[in-house]
Amino acid sequence: MSEQALAHHFDTIEEQKEASSLGMWVFLVTEVMFFGGVFTAYAIYRHDYFNAFAAASHHLDIALGGINTAVLLTSSLTMVLAVNAAASGSRKALLGFLALTAVLGCVFLGIKAIEYGHKFEDGLFPGPGFRFEGPLARNAELFYIFYFSMTGLHALHMVIGVGLLAWLLALSRRGTFRPGYYTPVEVVGLYWHFVDVIWIFLFPILYLVGRHHGP
Amino acid sequence: MSASPHGSHPTARTCLVIYAALIVLTGMTILAAFIDLGSLSTPVALSIAGLKAALVGWFFMNLRAERGLTWVYAIAGLLWLAILYGLTLSDYVTRGWLSPLAG
Amino acid sequence: MTTRLELSPPPQHYLNWSYTARSWLLSTDHKRIGILYLLSITFFFFIGGAFAVLIRLELMTPAGDLVHSETYNRLFTAHGVIMIFFFLIPSIPAVLGNFLIPLMIGARDLAFPKLNLLSWYIFLAGAAFTMAAVFSGGVDTGWTFYAPYSSVYSNSAVMLTGIGVFITGFSSILTGLNFIVTIHTLRAPGLTWFRLPLFVWAHYATSLIMVLGTPVLAITVALLALERLFGVGVFDPRIGGDPILFQHLFWFYSHPAVYIMILPGMGVVSEIVACFSRKRVFGYSAIALASLAIAVLGFLVWGHHMFVSGQSAYASNIFSILSFLVAIPSAIKVFNWTATFYRGSIAYDTPMLYAFGFIGLFTMGGLTGLFLATLAVDVHVHDTYFIVAHFHYIMVGGMVMAYMGGLHFWWPKITGRMYPEGWAKFAALVIFIGFNLTFFPQFVLGYLGMPRRYHVYPDEFQVLNVMSSAGASILGVGYLIPMIYFVWSIRHAPVASSNPWRAAGLEWQTPSPPPADNFPETPVVETEAYPYSEMEVEVVDV
Repeated sequence: MSEQALAHHFDTIEEQKEASSLGMWVFLVTEVMFFGGVFTAYAIYRHDYFNAFAAASHHLDIALGGINTAVLLTSSLTMVLAVNAAASGSRKALLGFLALTAVLGCVFLGIKAIEYGHKFEDGLFPGPGFRFEGPLARNAELFYIFYFSMTGLHALHMVIGVGLLAWLLALSRRGTFRPGYYTPVEVVGLYWHFVDVIWIFLFPILYLVGRHHGP
Repeated sequence: MSASPHGSHPTARTCLVIYAALIVLTGMTILAAFIDLGSLSTPVALSIAGLKAALVGWFFMNLRAERGLTWVYAIAGLLWLAILYGLTLSDYVTRGWLSPLAG
Repeated sequence: MTTRLELSPPPQHYLNWSYTARSWLLSTDHKRIGILYLLSITFFFFIGGAFAVLIRLELMTPAGDLVHSETYNRLFTAHGVIMIFFFLIPSIPAVLGNFLIPLMIGARDLAFPKLNLLSWYIFLAGAAFTMAAVFSGGVDTGWTFYAPYSSVYSNSAVMLTGIGVFITGFSSILTGLNFIVTIHTLRAPGLTWFRLPLFVWAHYATSLIMVLGTPVLAITVALLALERLFGVGVFDPRIGGDPILFQHLFWFYSHPAVYIMILPGMGVVSEIVACFSRKRVFGYSAIALASLAIAVLGFLVWGHHMFVSGQSAYASNIFSILSFLVAIPSAIKVFNWTATFYRGSIAYDTPMLYAFGFIGLFTMGGLTGLFLATLAVDVHVHDTYFIVAHFHYIMVGGMVMAYMGGLHFWWPKITGRMYPEGWAKFAALVIFIGFNLTFFPQFVLGYLGMPRRYHVYPDEFQVLNVMSSAGASILGVGYLIPMIYFVWSIRHAPVASSNPWRAAGLEWQTPSPPPADNFPETPVVETEAYPYSEMEVEVVDV
């Protein structure tokens, strides 16, 4: 039965799993560099325009951002519990945790959409409609370009992640996974955790800039 | 708990403990933002985030059980990011250092 | 004692087991995918070459009389974008690397065969966008897309090209990822790292660059596209953005990219030099580690493209010193290849002629790189034809020669046919002469002050420009000849044996062309790479 999951060019299932795992880690390295480029740009400008960035950051909703952080951390928990369920062969638990992770991901995206809506209403979307009071408006617009690019990119990765979870749910329902073979669950798990780690950094560097200076 | 070729996964209990730690750290980083730490604000925020990321990596992503090669790649990613940031920064930090020739 | 097998072509192999379009277009066989890439990049090479023809035609006369300036900008941009992203970067890795790496390590395929096919389709998708851009009027920013011209002022198809380059980058990333995992996990029993062919080492190093660098290009192009789309962006000075930041992010990838465009060629040269000197490569470990060193150091030098852009003098100095360092591993390789020739039994077959060409011309290109790393010199020759000559010596005199050498060397393995040696030698000579006539005058032109990307120049530069254009036509003929005889050879040339060169390497231990699964049984490796001195002259026919 486990021979069905073994691709013809691998000698053993262990070899295949090792390759899949290494492949995902190498892919995550590419993601580090991808996000890294925009993080670097943000870091340079934040250093140069700290006051403007702080003023701009104050308009971000810490409550919603904080809740989203908790939602995503919870989804990482459910994801790792899904992997455990797959490893121990509990199909019902696996389905449950995968579904929960996907739902939490959608909650995150929903809250993000609400936040974006608020920003649009407040005229904080960069472009001709951008409104910001005070002399720091120009550099504040720069901040919001980063806010939307970085969280937008992150959200895109979340959408892909939810798609991958849906795929895992489909495979799970068909009984594809068992204690001897659940590599796709682990590998999607790695991806999901990584997207969580990106948010772990995004939240403080975007939402918590210069907050002690007051609103 | 079961074993993968790379070693065992963390137990459900361990995962819950780490999760609790992550939530607590998130609370801490929000609180710390409202305290005037002067120039330490950013390093503190990044350190807390780094610690959270390390916990996710070590336990949830199972780096704890992974062999050396995975670590090499994980570290390489961070190192290369440091190269990108560091050498780019070397330009911005030193831009004003050379004043135009007088006369 | 090693007994070499001479295997006759199998009745069924990777080419003839099915001729349907579906079996080719949905193939996950690394060998077929290598052929798909071969056809694609050859197509793009000729399109990129066509733009070169137009450029050299314009430059025959000092006046800008063939095309308008705006058109000329689009011509050299198209030439650069196509040659770099759709020919050079994929070339050896996607064609020869794909075909040979599993064979060289005794594997049945790459680690992720479906991802390999996806890479090719992504490559085509990126090419489709870029060709749409080029043929709907083109881009006039130069292949370097500097902001704010590209982000704000240019009225050309920047978005389309940006999307095309962005997509193509993923093809590169996935190929690199596939190679890395393959080399780590699928080596045959006994094939330790320091027994690997240097071709594999070179591709491993190349893959590291692809994986670590290309994503930064992707995000840079994405940020550029956003700026163009929304009318405001992170490189826009009006809101405090810095156009030089674009250059930092762009060159962080694009400098290592030039090592993507030379390391595989160095890998090919190592294989050819060993075989046609009948000798193991001198200093094997040094060359292997030098490949890694080039990959790592190559990421530390990007600022040498920005010496006159407004980068701080201090940063420029740091980048200058680091740029000197990166020359060292390349020099080690050149010394070691030369030492391999010493007391070797040299054969002058076509692949070796290309290897000679590579070593000489790459050395010239590389040495001029050191001149450019010297701040004071670069201030004088930056953005002149000196730079153009420098990189063409490396890209064309180096990489393309290596690609041609590799194609000839492995042609019998890939097709089961031998190319015509007489015509091949002739073409190699024509290419060498044409190349030097085209590009050597450009060193002089650049030093005398002719700027690059200009189609108008002072009268006194005309003689050198005409020489260069004459050389280009000879070079063009030189490239056409192999096109013709390679195609001819598939049906009409003599059938090749499994190892016509009596070369070492696992890929020669399987029939030409190889069966779909490469090896009937996984080989076991017991010798070092290049055991030429131990190889028996006696041949056993099987």
